This record gives sequence, structure tokens and C-alpha cells, in this order.
Amino acid sequence: MGNPIISMKNLSKAYHGEKAVDNVNLEIDKGEFFGLLGPNGAGKSTVIKMLTTIIHPTEGTATIHGHDIIEERDAVRSCIGVVFQDSVLDRKLTGRENLDFHARLYGLRGDMRRERIEEVLELVELKDKADVLVERYSGGMQRRLAIARGLMHHPGVLFLDEPTLGLDAQSRRHIWKYVKELNLREDITIVLTTHYMEEADQLCERVAIIDRGRIVALDTPENLKGLIGADTIVMHIQSGGEILLQSLSFFPWIASSEVSNGKILLRVDDAQSRIPQVVIEACMNRAIVSHVGIIEPTLEDVFLKLTGRTLHECEDSGN
Amino acid sequence: MRFYLYEAYSLWRRDMLSFSRQKDRLIGYSFAPLFLLAFIGLGFKNQIYFPEMKNIDYLSFLTPGMVAMTLLTASNSTSFLMLWDREMGFLKEIMVTPSSRIGIILGRTASGVTVAIFQSFIILFGGIVMGSRFHRPEGMLISLIFMALIASAFIGLGLSLASFKKETYGFSLVLNFILYPFLFLSGALYPVDRLPSLVAPLSYYNPLTYGIDGLRYSLLGVSSFSPALDLGVMAASCLAMLGLGTYLFEKGEWD
Repeated sequence: MGNPIISMKNLSKAYHGEKAVDNVNLEIDKGEFFGLLGPNGAGKSTVIKMLTTIIHPTEGTATIHGHDIIEERDAVRSCIGVVFQDSVLDRKLTGRENLDFHARLYGLRGDMRRERIEEVLELVELKDKADVLVERYSGGMQRRLAIARGLMHHPGVLFLDEPTLGLDAQSRRHIWKYVKELNLREDITIVLTTHYMEEADQLCERVAIIDRGRIVALDTPENLKGLIGADTIVMHIQSGGEILLQSLSFFPWIASSEVSNGKILLRVDDAQSRIPQVVIEACMNRAIVSHVGIIEPTLEDVFLKLTGRTLHECEDSGN
Repeated sequence: MRFYLYEAYSLWRRDMLSFSRQKDRLIGYSFAPLFLLAFIGLGFKNQIYFPEMKNIDYLSFLTPGMVAMTLLTASNSTSFLMLWDREMGFLKEIMVTPSSRIGIILGRTASGVTVAIFQSFIILFGGIVMGSRFHRPEGMLISLIFMALIASAFIGLGLSLASFKKETYGFSLVLNFILYPFLFLSGALYPVDRLPSLVAPLSYYNPLTYGIDGLRYSLLGVSSFSPALDLGVMAASCLAMLGLGTYLFEKGEWD
């Protein structure tokens, strides 16, 4: 571990005696793209709100850049940028006016402020819409402007709480592109919360899975998926399945195999490099294969394994 | 000091931009006091005189009272706007910046005061058109000070109360329930010594009594207390209320 830019110690928040966040201990490194993954109501946003000084922890605390989030709130506020889940802009102001207002609150003055506004507008490709009232912006444009606003004061840490919630696939990819670039080019530590598995998998270097206010797993997406173990090779068989399965059973690298509905499912490590051998074996046994595919484990599977529930079950019952 | 004035200015600026794009809000709030002034003031203009007030006609006497009512309405609308920002989620975006809380309170108060004074002048000119006779023209300038102090003190009170609430629903009712006693126990409608003896003493603890007295001093040239006392009490209440607001904003949660 390098030197952590954020460290949480026993961070907890209770509402009416019920713990929304329960003893979270986490360290996030400088420059890291970190993900908090969990269903709605798992406590992700509550963690973000505590770290951004909007609400106070019931127990424990955290430091950002060495500043305590309870004792040194102003110092913390100066070095973080936030895009809340329901980030709000003033709809009666134009994009540029919105940025100008916030830049002033962050203490940016004169030419420095005007230059920075142009820079961030350029970054999120909203320059040509800068003088249009925000009420005429699409959802994706509003989210981009909110990200620009969060970046204005060159924060060391950027919190993105469900940054793509409610956006269409195209806007989502757009935003992924921006934040990835930010992380790489401007060396900003990014803490992202999401309940989209794909998002955490695509963007984050490390992911903490959070459920009912507790961290249940913490690792790289690859290692987390490793918890589930192997990939699965799926072969759709038209005939000769039984014989093929028998001869495959001699390969030591097949962890397990089963047949169901005309499909053979093989659990193997590194499925891509095993497919040729499996296909050759099928030819030699004169089995007729119509389709071969790989199912990689997803973070969804990891969540299921760790909590015994799928993300969607949590959302149906939890909220 | 310089910093929080700059922050206050930034907030004020944003509010003025927003207001300038929804002008109906500006004028709407002055209607009720203007109608009251017209229907009560004109109706009793020649019927009611208070000897201790140098027999000033009732319309002129009531005008400062209705100005005060307008200023209290501005307190309500300013704290309502704050709650609206909170409900919409915009307040959170402000509170997450390192901007000083006192700057945030002062900025919001300044925009409330600006609107309140604008509306008060609608009442004053309405009064002049109906026949209110003001003592001297420069009195209007002195009255500005009292208007600003009354509006700030009650905006401070409104913002403090609003800091405990999360949504606008029902807030105006609650705030009016608190603001109206201030208005009725202030001599807005008639001199406080005519209040029922049970409640009359309360009016001496009501800062608005001194505020309205100061308005009458500046506009009509008559007053029950010394203008210095009026000014002192209003300034102290103003500081106390804005201080309370700042304290509550400092320690509150803005989810």
C-alpha cells in the first residue's frame, strides 16, 4: 500500500438506532480509481455524504489529505470535488453562470476563475451550450456540467455518487470516458459509487462491495471475480454429447462438467485458451457442436456469493 | 472578513440573476399588504386619530405598519427559498463548498433584504398615491436603514427555523404562526399601549415594536421611543438572529 489519501476508521452512521453504515475501515490510495459497489440502500451514499462533510458520523471518523472530516471540515471541503447522486444545478442560470457561482464559492477569483471555467467546459464538451439555461439541458448534459463543477477547484479527490444513474447507454459511455481520462491525465483520486456491476468492473482499480452498511469484500475486480473461480465454457451440442463428455473427463484442467438441455458446461480457468482443445476433442468424437461460448464470472456473481442475494433482490426488498 | 463578504456577494448575485428571470415573484408578495393598506387605511383614514401621534391620519399611520408586514413576508419567502433549495438538493451543493457559513447566511439575507426593500417601496409609493403624507423626503432614506434591519432580523429568524426542516411542506404556515404575533404585538395597526393589558407588556420585548417605531420616526416624524433606542434594539436583534442562523448552519446536516 502507498500512502492513503483517504482513510476511514470505524466510520459509522446510525439513523434512529439503525446502522446505515456500520464500522467501515477503508484506505484509498492517491491516484486510485476506487469503487463502492452495492445495492440501493446499502450505505454507499451515506459514506460519501460523511466524507464530504454533509452529514456527521455517529461514530468513528475519516481523514482526507490528512484533514479530519469532523474537526477540519473547511480544509476537507477545499480539497474534494463532489458529484452527488442527485446532483442539482440552478435551472434558472446558464451553464456558465452555474460554474461561475460555484467557482466563487470555492474562492476562485478574476481571470483565474474565467480561465478555469473555459477549461472545464472544454473538458466535458459543453462549450457551445455554455450560455444556454440549464433547464434546456438534457440529463446527460446536466450530469456533465455537474462533473465540470466538481472539478473546478482542482480537487485532489473527486467523489462520484452514481454518476450515470438514469442516463442512457450513450451518455453513460461518454461519462465513463471523461472520468477515466480525469483519473489518468489529471491524477485525481476518484471514489465512485455504483450499483451497476459493469460500471465498477470497467472503471475501478479496486472495488469494495458494501451490503447493509458493511464492507463484505475489497479487492481488484479481477480478484473479486476470482472468488467465484473459473470461467464456464458453454457448448451447444446437437449430437454426441455423452461420448464427448466422457472423453473430456480425462482432461485434468476441467474442474467440473455437466450436461443440461443439450448444452455442456465446463468450468475451467482461462477459458479462451482451452476452447481449441475442447473443439478438437469434439471433432475427434464426432460430436456436432453448433455454438461455443464463454461465461466469465461477473461482480454480480461475487455479490450473490458473498451475500446470498442478487443485487436486484436487494433492491426489491430493501427499498 | 473579506472572504465571507465575497461569498455573500456571490450568493446574492446568483439570487438576483434567478429573480431577474422570474419577476412575478418580486411583485407578488407586496399585494396583500398593499390591499390591506388600501382597504383598511383608506376606509379609516378620517375616522381614526391617535392624539399621542400628533393626530396623524390613519392611512399615513398604517403605511409603516404595512411596510413592516411586507418585510416579514420577505422573511417568509427567503426562508422558503432556502428550504426549496434544500428540497431540490441545491443547498447541499452550496454546503459542500468551503464557503463560510456566515457568508452563506449573509448572502441569502442580502438577497432577501434587497427584495424586501424593493417591495417596501412599492407599498410606500402605493401609500403616497393613496394619500399618505410623509414627514420629509430624506426620511425615506433613514427608513431604509430600519427596513434593512427589520428584514435581516426576521430573515435570520426564518433561516434559523428553516434549518431544522427538510422540506417546504407546511413551513410557511408554521413560520406565519410565529411571525403574526410579532406583527400584531408591534403597533403595526395601532399604538401598543392600546393593546389588551394582558398582552401589552409583551410588545416591549418585541423587537419589531422598535423597528416600526423607527420607521414611523423616519417617515412620519413621530415616535414613542427615542430613535437611538429603536436603532439599538433592531441592530442587536439583527446580530442575534444572524448569529443564531450561522451557528445552526455551522452544525447542521444538509442531506
